[in-house]
Parts: sequence; C-alpha cells; structure tokens
Amino acid sequence: MDTNQFNQRDETCWEIRPTGAMRVPAIIYADAQLLQELDQKVYEQITNVATLPGIVEAAYAMPDAHWGYGFPIGGVAAFDPEQGGVVSAGGVGFDISCGVRTLHTGLNIAELRPRKQALADALYRTVPAGVGSRGKIHLNHKSMQGMLTGGAQWALDQGFGDEQDLERIEEHGCMAGAEPHYVSPRARERQKDEMGTLGSGNHYLEVQRVTEIFDQTVANIFGLRVDDVVMSIHCGSRGLGHQIGTEFLKDMAMSAAQYNIVLPDRELACAPLTSPLGKHYLGAMRAAINCALANRQIITHLTRQAVAGVFPGIQLDLLYDVSHNTCKLEQHTVNGQQKNLFVHRKGATRAFGPGHPDLPAVFKDTGQPVLIGGSMGTSSYVLCGTKACEQLAFSSACHGAGRAMSRSQASKRWQGKTLVDALAAQGIIIRSPSLRGVAEEAPAAYKDVSAVVDVADRAGLARKVAKLEPVICIKG
Amino acid sequence: MPLNNQLLTPHWEHFEHDADIGIRGIAPTLAQAFEQAAVAMTAVMTNPEPLTESNAVVITCNASDNELLLMDWINELIYQTAVHHLLFKRYQVEIADSKLSAIAFGETVDRQKHQIAVEIKGATFTELHVYQQPDGMWVAQCVVDV
Repeated sequence: MDTNQFNQRDETCWEIRPTGAMRVPAIIYADAQLLQELDQKVYEQITNVATLPGIVEAAYAMPDAHWGYGFPIGGVAAFDPEQGGVVSAGGVGFDISCGVRTLHTGLNIAELRPRKQALADALYRTVPAGVGSRGKIHLNHKSMQGMLTGGAQWALDQGFGDEQDLERIEEHGCMAGAEPHYVSPRARERQKDEMGTLGSGNHYLEVQRVTEIFDQTVANIFGLRVDDVVMSIHCGSRGLGHQIGTEFLKDMAMSAAQYNIVLPDRELACAPLTSPLGKHYLGAMRAAINCALANRQIITHLTRQAVAGVFPGIQLDLLYDVSHNTCKLEQHTVNGQQKNLFVHRKGATRAFGPGHPDLPAVFKDTGQPVLIGGSMGTSSYVLCGTKACEQLAFSSACHGAGRAMSRSQASKRWQGKTLVDALAAQGIIIRSPSLRGVAEEAPAAYKDVSAVVDVADRAGLARKVAKLEPVICIKG
Repeated sequence: MPLNNQLLTPHWEHFEHDADIGIRGIAPTLAQAFEQAAVAMTAVMTNPEPLTESNAVVITCNASDNELLLMDWINELIYQTAVHHLLFKRYQVEIADSKLSAIAFGETVDRQKHQIAVEIKGATFTELHVYQQPDGMWVAQCVVDV
C-alpha cells in the first residue's frame, strides 16, 4: 500500500481524512513496513466502514488488518444509537465470538518433556477436532435454550468446570441480552452435535511454553514465568454462529434500502440499532457469543480430563478468555461525554485498561490480559490493556498475525507431511486429522506475529507481557 | 480435444482471497455454472473426484436475482453438508424464473478417507458475480468464508 495516501500522525498511526461519503476519518495502526505490505483492499474496506451511519470518531484498522468481508479483519468501529448508528452482521463476521482462552498448567517445560507425546495423544483423543468431528454432548430444545442464554455459566451448571473460571472470562462468562428466540431452527440444527468441538481452519488447542517476559510486574500478577507451560484454546461459536451470520447478512443486505442505508459494499450489511432487524440480530448474536463461551468452557473441561490422565492432580486455572468477533454495548468517553456505544470488533480483541469497572479485581491494576494467537508453529503473545487505548481505538487491540498468503498458494507450496516433520524437528508436535489442512495453515502463510505485536505495543494499543512458543498443537 | 471445445466444457476453479478462498463455475448454461461452482465448493474441503454418489439430497431455492440465488444455493449446500455430514460430488441443477431446483449426490463424511482440509462457514457477497461472457459462457462465483 502506498504510504502517500495517508496523513501520518505518528510512527504507528496513519490517518485517511474523510472524503466523499466518509463520515469520519479512517485510522490504520501500523509501522511503515506493515503498512506497505497491507493489501489495498484494507484501505477500501476501512474507508467504506467510515461511511456507515452513526459511526463515532473513526473507523480503525489494527496492525494485523487484512482483506475481510465488508469490514477488514482487524477492523474496529463504534456506533451511537442516538445518531442513527447501525449494527452490522458483516462487522461481526461468520465466526461470532471466535476467541482465545489460555490456561495455566502449573507445570514447567522440564516436567512436560518426558510425557509430551503422551499428552499430545491424550489431547488429540479427547478434544474433537476437524471437520465432521462430533461432540459427546447433544442438545435438545431445553438445553439449547439454556446454553444460548447462559454461556459458560450454563456449561458450569452441567458440570463442565469450576465457579472460579467465570471471573476470568469476558462478561463473566455470560453475555447479557441474548434472545434465543431470534436464533433460527437451522442455526440450532447446525449446533446440536457440535458443542465441545474445535472446528477447523485456524482453530487449535495448543500447549505452549513461556519463553520471554517483557513486563515482570504484570507477568507476576498474570502468573506467568519463563519456562512455564500454558495451554491455549482458539475456537468460536461453530455452526450456530456461522448460520446466524449467513442469515442476518442476507436479511440486512436486502433491507438496507428500506432503512435508507447506502451500502458501498453489500458485505457491510447492517441495520439501525433501534430497528426490529437490528434488535433481532443483537439478540441472536449475543446468544451466539454465549455459544462460543460455552464451547470454550466444555473444551476446557475436556482438556482438564485429558491432562488428568497424563499428569494426575494437575489443576488448569484460567488466565483469561477473550473474544474477537463481537459487537458489544460499552461506555466510552467521546469529546468529554460518556456515551453508550456499540463497538464492533471484527478480528480484534477487547483491551480494557487498568481500572476498568468490568474487570475482575485481580486485573484492576494491570488491565485485562490480551491474548494474541499465533498460527501453528509460531509464537503467541500475552499483552495487557492500556488506559491510552480507550482514546486510541475504543479499547481494542490486534488479535493475531493475519494471513500473508492464500490457502491455495499455501497448499501448492507445502506438503502437510513435510511440515509436520519439519515442526517435529523443532520440537513441536502437530496432531491433525487432515494433512492438507496442515499445509493450508503453514506457519509461513501468516504474517510475522512478532512484528504485529511490536506495533500494537509501540502504538499503545496494548503492552507486551509475555511471549509463548508452541510445544504441541492440535489442529482442527 | 480442440481448444475451443475445451473452453466450452463446464469447469470450475478457485480464485485467491487473502484469508479465504473464491469458488467459480464456468459453463455454457447458467444451471451448469451453478453446478460447477458447487463442485468448486466441495473442492475447498476435499478432492471431489474419488467421492461416491451413495446419497442424494433435493434442494430448492428462490431469490430475486441470479447473484442472490447463487449465494442461497451455496449456503444451502453448506447447511446440508454440515447437518447431514455429507460431501457432494455431483449436482443436477435446473433454474427457471429465479427458482432453483436441484439434486446433490454425494457420500457421508469419512474423516480418515476424505482428509477434509477445512469446513466452510458461509458464502459471502465478496466477489459475488453471476454473468454471461461475450463468448456465451456463464460465470458464477463468490468467496466462501472458511
């Protein structure tokens, strides 16, 4: 991307001033190199987002932004219902509340090493991964309603976890305002056998080693030390979220004209927050957030079972659970005024800073943990939210590396078996039902996550706390 | 086969999208282009060629234009694939007055045998186009989210 298209505010902040139908500026957080490597489509998409009714302050793109659907992946935008603001199914995406949960194991790498293979086998046996895998939980109408309303709290009530897990989950594990009656029969049908499954694509369960600490004080509070072993779960709302996204995307695109909304791209499909369609979507989308929270809770339970068989007596406590694809009602200060805004994060992590009232007491001084997933074979990072980010991007940070290469290019360039062997030589065990899936998720098909995280840190979106390296990866 | 005939044979291809993948069917008729786009969809998940046709599913869709009809058609197949754990090898499509009726033939997912690379979440409006080329061939395409 040509950097001359921007007004550079500082080293990592690039502004596109409003032109044409843009109501607000668009801002991309990147350094010169990341910006030059960005697809021009990100420019088009983020300026399109800036045209939507009721958008506040600016449309933001995170350092890992790439070409998405309507919104770029790594896109953030807040809308004010009092100014005709909208909610966009395209701005949330198909995998509603896809996110990352990280668990402490209490083990260090030396304790893991002799039983690494056994742990990989136990996890692969216990946690259903990949297309066509089915969970052991089958939901009937009543349990589906409970799950869609209760999220991780519902999962706890079914025996999947401990009460103390909840305070380490955004929304305390249960998204308020879910309205299951707006979740279609088809979305339910897609989900009834999928609870507790990882899914496929870039979703994974990973055993990781802490290799570097950047902020000792925060790391102490987060409970992270060099050579500690942690586990991270990356997955979302499965078929239910996909179906809700599919249905509302079409409905919103079809009814845009009725609401006098001009869509520069049909994928930006949206409806006024105060309209029946907007409210129905919010109710269904929040139910899908609960589905994702319940799903990660069940996978946590399965992970605990698998680990108990290899390391009896080990307790897996949550570090935190973050969601990437959401629209949430939050209070933010705009021009000195408190506003209730609907913040869309499409492939972006909520990053509340120190003192935020929604955080549990343990994170009051540090800000929330911001969990940045790598791709198979590459590093992941733990960051913490900052106060400054409130003004920078409505308390939002990046979510991962973002692809640098398409799936077809990746599967032409690499063989799954060769990759598995190469990663094994580096001490990383890969378990996956599909070698082609492994090839498409090759580490080199992704951008350098370290460069993305460094920019997020320098921009003040979040602060680096710890670096994690993969040891075992169960790929969906 | 002479080049001209080859070009006029119904076929499919994938096209690039940063995060995901585009599916495209190209054929002498609109219905055949829809059939080929659906084969391209199966090929995102697995190689369609070795699949058997032991199962058949009847599908109907209605939409106000050809592009929305393509989106509905692909989304219907994604739904059937997910709910019935089927992989489709071949399709018989008829389209009249923006109504599509079809039979999709395929087999039940065998995770070991089919080595499915990825599941498809939904069809998108991105690069969604249905049109007839100057040479008379129909093109039906969109990006699918995986």
